[in-house]
Amino acid sequence: MIEFRAATKRFDDGTVAVNELTLTVEPGGITMFVGPSGCGKTTSLRMVNRMVEPTSGTVLVGGRDVRESPRAVLRRGIGYVIQQTGLFPHRTVLDNIATVPLLSGWPRRRARGRAAELLDLVGLPAELGRRYPAQLSGGQQQRVGVARALAADPPVLLMDEPFSAVDPVVRADLQDELLRLQQELDKTILFVTHDIDEAIKLGDRVAVFRTGGVLAQYDEPAALLGRPADDFVASFVGRDRGYRALGFLPAKGVPVGEVATVRLGGSVAAARDALRDGWAVVVDEARRPVGWVSASRLSGVDGEAAVSDELVESGGSLYEVDSPGGRAGSLRGALDAALSSPSARGVAVDADGAVVGSVTAHDVLRALADARQAGEVPS
Amino acid sequence: MSWLARNWPHILDLVRQHLELAGVPLLAGLLLSVPLGWLANRSVAARGLLLSVSGVLYTIPSLALLVVLPAVIGTKILNPVNVMVALTVYTIALLVRSVTDALGSVPTHVVSAADAMGFRPLRRFLTVELPLAVPVVVAGLRVAAVSNISLVSVGALIGVGGLGELFTDGFQLQFLTPIVVGIVGSVLLALLADAVLLVAGRALTPWERGARRAG
Amino acid sequence: MRAVLGELIGWFGDPAHWTGPTGVPQRLLEHLGYTALALACALVIALPIGALVGHTGRGGFLLVGLANGLRALPTLGLLTVVVLLAGVGLLPPIAALTVLAVPPVLAGTYAGVRAVDPAVVDAARGMGMREHQVLLRVELPNALPIIFGGVRSAALQIVATATVAAYVAMGGLGRYVIDGLAQLDYPQVLAGAVLVAALAVVLDAAFAGVQRVVSPAGARRSRRGRAGRVSAVRATEPGGTPG
Ligand SMILES: Nc1ncnc2c1ncn2[C@@H]1O[C@H](COP(=O)(O)OP(=O)(O)OP(=O)(O)O)[C@@H](O)[C@H]1O
Ligand SMILES: [Mg+2]
Repeated sequence: MIEFRAATKRFDDGTVAVNELTLTVEPGGITMFVGPSGCGKTTSLRMVNRMVEPTSGTVLVGGRDVRESPRAVLRRGIGYVIQQTGLFPHRTVLDNIATVPLLSGWPRRRARGRAAELLDLVGLPAELGRRYPAQLSGGQQQRVGVARALAADPPVLLMDEPFSAVDPVVRADLQDELLRLQQELDKTILFVTHDIDEAIKLGDRVAVFRTGGVLAQYDEPAALLGRPADDFVASFVGRDRGYRALGFLPAKGVPVGEVATVRLGGSVAAARDALRDGWAVVVDEARRPVGWVSASRLSGVDGEAAVSDELVESGGSLYEVDSPGGRAGSLRGALDAALSSPSARGVAVDADGAVVGSVTAHDVLRALADARQAGEVPS
Repeated sequence: MSWLARNWPHILDLVRQHLELAGVPLLAGLLLSVPLGWLANRSVAARGLLLSVSGVLYTIPSLALLVVLPAVIGTKILNPVNVMVALTVYTIALLVRSVTDALGSVPTHVVSAADAMGFRPLRRFLTVELPLAVPVVVAGLRVAAVSNISLVSVGALIGVGGLGELFTDGFQLQFLTPIVVGIVGSVLLALLADAVLLVAGRALTPWERGARRAG
Repeated sequence: MRAVLGELIGWFGDPAHWTGPTGVPQRLLEHLGYTALALACALVIALPIGALVGHTGRGGFLLVGLANGLRALPTLGLLTVVVLLAGVGLLPPIAALTVLAVPPVLAGTYAGVRAVDPAVVDAARGMGMREHQVLLRVELPNALPIIFGGVRSAALQIVATATVAAYVAMGGLGRYVIDGLAQLDYPQVLAGAVLVAALAVVLDAAFAGVQRVVSPAGARRSRRGRAGRVSAVRATEPGGTPG
């Protein structure tokens, strides 16, 4: 879909921002450009919509050299989102989103209608459409930026650190939202970030750049974590990469053991009987986990009393045995559930969130060893 | 050329008068603006009043102000004091805003640090806040100096105009040379004053130079 | 002071001063006419140049230097030299007024366009706007408040200089001042000065009102920094000085 062929950019002052970049981005999916500051990510991205012209080499979109189309026409067919949003301060949110359709000559009514659809698509209420950008929060502005880029339904989306200016909670929201949108729309997305965690979370493929505009590695996230091409990539990918790599290994070999459960509101006496190894998971009516009770907590409490919130210890993360998200059921999920649980047993839940059993760290590590032996783990 | 040579002493005299008419108001305006700017920074009411009064004074055309002043301050219409007072009014109108902005932009943490070290308010103002305000005040002073020097000429219409007298003389005699000499002289004086203030401002703020290089 | 005030009121009370070719309405109309004409000429010259230099970023240094240099030009000198060279009549003095009004409009337009957030301009290009669309649909609307500050300075400059221009045989309210001085008729001088001052203050207030209206709603409601910049530009602008 997008192809860099030995693309090089040397600025007038002699800086080589991108050096002989050769890389093919397959249609569909999110490709992340990641690397330290000043390594040429933005410059590479901007060569795709000719905001920067390569000094040598070529860039192709959909098999055609970008230089074949007039700049303005090319850009109207490529969505563009930047960190500072670049929303027009003098136009309402709706008119901002309608920009490209209007430029492409759509009638005003239709452009506005389309803009309203997009506002909904990115999860913003319709009444925000009449506001001006300065009247929105940073996260809302960024959603409008994404909506504006999608307005003319371009097959390709360029995103330059779109989420770096918002706080971590909002950033996580926006990332999840992007993954949801991508499932729905299946665009070819080129996404620049300097945050390796964001790259691994969002990317179907990740291109790591080193300073001087040289491509260091271009791979799937699991491979990047498992087999960094060199020391630079290894150190860039950072600490805990062995642990984070478990996130890409299915936990199918991990046995799900039994676990004792007690109902929230049931009697303390019944709970004492149910404990196994001194622990039981407290569940609600839908068998969703609420936390743990332990023998030590229950000792000295009247047997007739009900198991109440005060007696419940909060639990760790949950291990989703299977879920529609696709990334659940990994060795990392299973191991983290076990390590973060007060009872040393990770709670396993099904797609509806109901408790189905438990896992232990020991079982996870044995499953990992088995997978290694079977050659299923890249090393 | 020969006109210039013949009238050289007269022209020098006009230049001296021109500088006096423009320079005295600049100095007086500066001295008065500092306490006014300080006041404007202390109270919101004073700030609103001072800034809106200076705004109005600043819009009054120079010729109008020049001829109204005798009635207000009781001078004779041909008295050079009228020109000086009018230019002082303009200088203050411009500098009060500069001083207010400049003092307002001194970082609060610097002021608090000075307080914490035991500065009394007057001393803190004179030794901490005022020096830090110098760059912005000098910028305002440069604008005021250039505008004063070009405005002095209007005084020629009421008989007191430094080099401006060359314009009225030349116009009455239908003689171009003195007018051109007057314009060139006035512009040169303005540019010179601007350069002097620029250099003086730099000399007064050695710490800015380091910052500029680092930035 | 009280005697002067009485004479002034007497002057305004004289019906002879309110009719005919030398009456207040006629002089006021002349003054406004000169102002409108010179301002229109200045806009036609300075808006496109300022916008273009601001958009391309080329020649900005030259433009700012030129505008600053023109501020040092003494208005009376300019008026007399132009009239001596080109003769009396309406055009030479209007040309001189235009010369003095160009720098503030030029500087305001240039500064306004430069002050538009570069990320906004980048996004406009990135979405496929052509250069003229970037300028007309994005840069100029966002620069409007600062441009208008320049126009406001220019208008005041013209009103002031048009008063002085009575000396080179122009009409307008300045006539009362100049004729009064020649005839040693101080009440007439004072009346002229009061009228000119009132005109300038009223015009400035009117411009301030319009300036608030032309600020795009989005910019008006955004952070305070933007409004602050408008007034800062006005105070330090070339030509933003009393004429
Ligand atoms: N217009 C320009 N002129 C000169 N040098 C430039 C220009 N734009 C970028 N550079 C230089 O090119 C190099 C790459 O810049 P680029 O913006 O592509 O980096 P980046 O990877 O996006 O960095 P960041 O993470 O900080 O955004 C840098 O050294 C930068 O200073
Ligand atoms: Mg970048």
